[in-house]
Amino acid sequence: MSVRRANTEPAWVRYTLLTLAFAFLALFLGVPLAAVFAEALRGGWEAYVNGLLDPEARSAVTLTLAVAAIAVPLNVAFGIAASWAIAKFEFRGKSLLITLIDLPFAVSPVIAGLIFVLMFGAQGYFGPWLAEHDVKIVFAVPGIILATLFVTFPFVAREMIPLMQAQGKDEEEAAVSLGASGFQMFWRVTLPNIKWGLLYGVILANARAMGEFGAVSVVSGHIRGETNTLPLHVEILYNEYNAIGAFASASVLALLALVTLVAKTLVEWRMRAETAMLTAELPPEKTN
Amino acid sequence: MSAKKNNVLPGFGLALGYTLVYLSVLVLIPLGGLVLKSTALTFAQFWDIATTERALAAYRVTFGASALAAVINAFFGLIVAWVLVRYDFPGKRLIDSFVDLPFALPTAVAGITLATLYSTNGWIGKYLEPLGLKVAYTPLGIVVALTFIGLPFVVRTLQPVIEDIEPEVEEAAATLGASRWQTFRRIIFPAIFPALLTGFALSFSRAVGEYGSVIFIAGNMPLISEITPLLIISKLEQYDYVGATALAVVMLGISFVLLLAINGLQWWAANRHNNRNTGGEQ
Repeated sequence: MSVRRANTEPAWVRYTLLTLAFAFLALFLGVPLAAVFAEALRGGWEAYVNGLLDPEARSAVTLTLAVAAIAVPLNVAFGIAASWAIAKFEFRGKSLLITLIDLPFAVSPVIAGLIFVLMFGAQGYFGPWLAEHDVKIVFAVPGIILATLFVTFPFVAREMIPLMQAQGKDEEEAAVSLGASGFQMFWRVTLPNIKWGLLYGVILANARAMGEFGAVSVVSGHIRGETNTLPLHVEILYNEYNAIGAFASASVLALLALVTLVAKTLVEWRMRAETAMLTAELPPEKTN
Repeated sequence: MSAKKNNVLPGFGLALGYTLVYLSVLVLIPLGGLVLKSTALTFAQFWDIATTERALAAYRVTFGASALAAVINAFFGLIVAWVLVRYDFPGKRLIDSFVDLPFALPTAVAGITLATLYSTNGWIGKYLEPLGLKVAYTPLGIVVALTFIGLPFVVRTLQPVIEDIEPEVEEAAATLGASRWQTFRRIIFPAIFPALLTGFALSFSRAVGEYGSVIFIAGNMPLISEITPLLIISKLEQYDYVGATALAVVMLGISFVLLLAINGLQWWAANRHNNRNTGGEQ
């Protein structure tokens, strides 16, 4: 008789659980990821490359990159402002504010698109005024940017608020009392402390900005070569039964997802290492 | 108030002002506009639009499929989280990162891939078809897509909680003669239950609003496999803005209730946890 360990299951239970976990992950994650690339290469490399070099695919890539390049920095600025106010100061209604910042995650992407159509569309609140001044927001690029801003709104703020709260405000207060200007304090003290958390938020926001489908689909108007982002381009080709073209573009987005996962994991390890270093440093200081 | 006066740090007014303006312009005013638009309807009109046969069928499909997907994710998510925290195996860190794939993969890519996999000639569909199981273009396909989308939530909510269970508690239970199953049922499961429920709610809430991954595999037959977000879009495409708005307000209300429920669950989980910790220290 072997001694039964108190903290673990019998071997047959362990192997059953491992098998179930692997089978579930393989079926729902592994097989679909492999299928994206297999379907893209079904017609050989030449067809794959042709699909990617198609002018409409290239203009979709350009638009997708441009939208992310505008939306992500704007939400970074917001995230820093919001986390600074929430983490370093006390004021009434703070928990309500945190809930409201999370709100876009709870809203269906379709509704995220719809609200901007109701604001700026032809029948919308500002529609007549915009038409008079010949400004197009919905079914044009500005609408796509607005919808993307909405769906990626919480990412940076939500990463930074707990991080800044955990760091407290001692270091910044020391910098200010030693005569640092607000800018110096932010640049030399706050930013170095938050840089990994900030990068983590940027990675998540960027992945969502480039991959968003529902919200963008409602406001885009699907004008080829003009208001088609890469995910919308995938949809159009797929609905035209151009599977190879659709999966060629989809494979670019899948690669982006893999790069996102790798970058995210590296930042997570880095953050964990720094936290471990900090806690390792603490005990001797305490005993002094 | 005194804390605010004593605070020497600069930028409070600017940071909070910018936060409130940005939040209002981008989120609160547009969402307010949606609610305002629906007030153009009388309650009776609103009720009629929100409860047509097609709308009711869409709610049934959306919430039914979301609940089923969340149950699947709760069951397998618990197993995956347990295996990732407690067991050692080669490639563990790689698999751990891989769990977040549904967060990173654009929903349209997931949608066309799952539709292809589960269609009659697809890698998976061709084995299910002879068994009489049709997945693509049926409500079952919606469950598959929503399971994919919600997969990381339960795993990621449970992992830190399982890590925090103190081994002494399990050892004590074993010493007192509990079988491993009794220890799990009486000690471990009650400790992780609030987190499991939170993960379930997060997964469900995400699934209810999902659009991109579902439409390709659903078949989108009105009354059978049409989800509510798609019904909103088809009303919008027919320039029925009032109809789209009414359904969107229903969805928004439900999402808001879910958000509050999730906040409540997280508060419950955190408080319980703190009580347990302080109890242990005494």
